[in-house]
Amino acid sequence: MTTPDRDPGLQPERTRLAWRRTTLAGTVVAVLAARSALHNGPTAARVLACALCAALWLGFLTVAHHRISTLATTERNGPAALSPKHATAAALCIVALAGCAAALVL
Amino acid sequence: MIEFVRNVRLWFAPERIREDGGTPDYRFSLANERTFLAWLRTALALIGGGFAVDQFLPDLRWGWRVGLALGLLAAGVLCSLRAVNHWVRCERAMRRGEDLPVSRFPALLSIVIAIVAVAMVAVVLFGWEG
Repeated sequence: MTTPDRDPGLQPERTRLAWRRTTLAGTVVAVLAARSALHNGPTAARVLACALCAALWLGFLTVAHHRISTLATTERNGPAALSPKHATAAALCIVALAGCAAALVL
Repeated sequence: MIEFVRNVRLWFAPERIREDGGTPDYRFSLANERTFLAWLRTALALIGGGFAVDQFLPDLRWGWRVGLALGLLAAGVLCSLRAVNHWVRCERAMRRGEDLPVSRFPALLSIVIAIVAVAMVAVVLFGWEG
């Protein structure tokens, strides 16, 4: 019944779900950004910051999607490790998101 | 600080990491990646907290509200930068077969969050008329 090639710890699946949780958290922040822009009065600068937040959210989703499709490969030695470029891109998306948030708060 | 700058260079140069040592068991790399993602979620939660302070405490004085929100946002920035830095350091240590790096950051972050929480309770209780 058991397939011997399968990783019993389901590491790739767990990592995929971790990416999903992280995109979910990012979505919550993007929604809060939109709410903030609308609630404080949608001036041009606020709409711009909000649009930037949406773009960054999409950027993060792209990184996550790319990584998830890499994790889905069924190689014997497991999926390739996360590349520093993607890790940096994901972290910088979040840093820029915080910058937009600061612009929206002020 | 110099060590940090050297690590920053590694963020953008994936080949340089691959030159070091051997490839570890992929499960270790994936575990490291999940830890990284957990830190990113912490950063996102801090940013969300910044938005929440700004939007859900409208009766607060402007200075307090914006100060707390900016503090939480800055903590989020620090947290995500540190997440990628720590991920790079762990990845490199695993390739070289060294001990994993230790870090003061979790303790620092929990102290900062405790201080912010106490400040928020104090401000919400006493800061309405201010």
